[in-house]
Amino acid sequence: MITELGHFALILAFLVAIVQSVVPLIGAAKRWSGWMTFAEPAAIAQFLLTGFSFGALTWAFASSDFSLRIVVENSHSLKPMIYKISGTWGNHEGSMLLWVLIVTIFGAMAAAFGAGLPPTLKARVLAVQGAIGVAFFAFILFTSNPFDRMVVPPFDGRDLNPLLQDPGLAFHPPFLYLGYVGLSMAFSFAVAALIEGRVDAAWGRWVRPWTLAAWVFLTIGIALGSWWAYYELGWGGFWFWDPVENASFMPWLLAAALLHSAIVVEKREALKSWTILLAIIAFGFSLIGTFIVRSGLLTSVHAFANDPERGVFILIILVIFIGGALTLFAARAQAMEAKGVFGVVSRESALVLNNVLLAVSCFVVFFGTMWPMVAEMAFDRKLSVGPPFFNAAFTPFMIALGISLPIGAMLPWKRGRIGRAAWSLRYAFLLAVALAILVWTLQSGRSALGPVGLFLGIWIVFGALVDLWSRTGRSGSLTRLFRLPGADWGKAVAHSGLGVTMFAIAGLTAWEVEDIRVAQPGQPFQVGQFTLTLKDVRRVQGPNYFSTTADINVTESGGRVTTLHPEKRDYPVARMPTTEAAIDYRFLRDLYVVLGDQQADGGWVIRTYIKPLANWIWGGCILMALGGALSLSDRRFRVAAGARKSPKTGVPAE
Amino acid sequence: MIRLLFVFLTLTSPAYAVQPDEVLQDPVLEERARDISTGLRCLVCRNESIDESNAELARDLRILLRERLVAGDTDQEAVDFIVDRYGEYVLLKPTASGANLLLWLAGPVMLLIAGAVGLNFIRNRSKTQSTVPSGSDTLTQEEQARLRQILED
Repeated sequence: MITELGHFALILAFLVAIVQSVVPLIGAAKRWSGWMTFAEPAAIAQFLLTGFSFGALTWAFASSDFSLRIVVENSHSLKPMIYKISGTWGNHEGSMLLWVLIVTIFGAMAAAFGAGLPPTLKARVLAVQGAIGVAFFAFILFTSNPFDRMVVPPFDGRDLNPLLQDPGLAFHPPFLYLGYVGLSMAFSFAVAALIEGRVDAAWGRWVRPWTLAAWVFLTIGIALGSWWAYYELGWGGFWFWDPVENASFMPWLLAAALLHSAIVVEKREALKSWTILLAIIAFGFSLIGTFIVRSGLLTSVHAFANDPERGVFILIILVIFIGGALTLFAARAQAMEAKGVFGVVSRESALVLNNVLLAVSCFVVFFGTMWPMVAEMAFDRKLSVGPPFFNAAFTPFMIALGISLPIGAMLPWKRGRIGRAAWSLRYAFLLAVALAILVWTLQSGRSALGPVGLFLGIWIVFGALVDLWSRTGRSGSLTRLFRLPGADWGKAVAHSGLGVTMFAIAGLTAWEVEDIRVAQPGQPFQVGQFTLTLKDVRRVQGPNYFSTTADINVTESGGRVTTLHPEKRDYPVARMPTTEAAIDYRFLRDLYVVLGDQQADGGWVIRTYIKPLANWIWGGCILMALGGALSLSDRRFRVAAGARKSPKTGVPAE
Repeated sequence: MIRLLFVFLTLTSPAYAVQPDEVLQDPVLEERARDISTGLRCLVCRNESIDESNAELARDLRILLRERLVAGDTDQEAVDFIVDRYGEYVLLKPTASGANLLLWLAGPVMLLIAGAVGLNFIRNRSKTQSTVPSGSDTLTQEEQARLRQILED
């Protein structure tokens, strides 16, 4: 019964979305305020209906309703409750429902918090958002209905893929979708502005929080996925340049570019048409990501039920939305004249450089991801483009970005001098160079990657600190420092996060220690500074799996560090074995131990890794997300919001 | 990530990437073997190198590669030997030959184009500025910081 209601609510939401995408547009064109304001209740109704529908599906999973096809295929009555619930979006149909739910959440938020937007702009934004909803409701209802019933319900389900039974799955996809779909708001604002034919500083200010929020969610989503791969995969890899990873990384790069160029629109009324274009392309890449994951066009290790029909449907959505938006852009871009003038050396130019580097690096990732397909179709060459290519082709852009970032961030608007910015950064630079050289001499003979990463990390982090301190004026004081606006803090924290992540990736890649051996129970062995002893290997029964668990004592120069319990699990229902690495997380390094097979002589294969700075990768991502959140909390976004409600507060301080 | 899904689909019993019995006695040779094998694709897997993969075929390739190195092949010869048998699909880093030049040049060329467009844009913007009386930008940095402070507080 609840299932039918959920299905019905979904169909209703589809109908509401259709009306929402048409009526406000006409209203805005004809200046009929009743038709325009229709968008708000529609957006909220759409959200409530979709929310109910999603709730109904979650209920079906939580109560193990095996009359639903996707519950049978992805759940099992013995599965722990958290994985029953997260299983709702651990499959194609459910994840699409989550996706469209987030589309409606953003629409409802724009309706609820966009009180100060000009009525025509708001109506158009909500109409475009409604149109995106229409496309995805149709996709779900016509190709991937989650409420499909079984003719004969079985007694129990086939269980969720055990690798997905992990807290990581509970949070990784929702954050990614919040990011992907958050970019739909930037897209809606861009298309609405094109229809209006007006892009000004206010538009920049309205679109930036949405972009920033999308970018923060993408950052968290990607970091969670990467961390999940790190602890779950069994050798501690954290990034594989897999097509589907690239699919989430490309929108991240473009969202980063977009939120920087929107600053230029907001502060200086320049780069308008580029920012609009970027907003369209960024959402385009979100759609391309969806297409890559669900069409099965590219070989990826990420699997969803691949179905050519679904792929074609998404491709049509992609062509209609991005093609339509680009056509509109071509027709209207001329109308958006840049106002602000600035010198060759200025913050504006630095942000142009930022955008060039981010956009081209995204292009490189895109080209590499698509190349196997192009080469096969056009040149009849079946080839692979893997991590070695991306590391070689992508890294230089990040290094260039890292080197130029601190100087660019210190340049004043309109006109500046590189010399002056560089001079105030001299200590950060000297410190970075000195430490990099020190490390380089200490490590003797290893790759230069570690020192380069260290240089970039220190240069960016201390550059951000110098920049923050310079904001307090010459007589800089701590009280002033803490009274700086959220945006200044956000900038410093987010940039530092980037520096930390760059350093961590370089350090982990360069200084990792690996050991593979057959360990005899009771015989200690040495890995780096640690002594490991395999004490025992036990059979353990879990809720829906059997486990082989090892007890490994770890000591360092005589002192006991910890006891690790790496496992091998066997899930009988899903008929799939998994490895559970045991990780001793520490500030400077992780000790990562994996249990392998038993050998004929009674020993066990043990793989041990010492992974320096592993936590710093995600620490840096957390800093980036935190920086974004600080920036979002900036009073000035709220001042602008308040000014819209009560005109007497006047123009927001610039 | 969901990459995990496929990791184990191709095998019947869990094995792990490089096995202890594969490791060569000579650490220098082993290091070379590891380096090379991270650049070779496991043909039956989804986007995994033979160094990471658990599949039987990946193990066979790892052993084959080590045999070639022990037999005295250079890195290039060993890779060529494997490419001859399995096709260039096995290379995770495509060669920069023929049509693949496009792939390798796409990034640098795009950077040049984007850089030229960006520079041109910046030039235009600053040319417009020459009509605006200059000299208004002579605020010192601390004055600017102070000004910003005042405006933002």
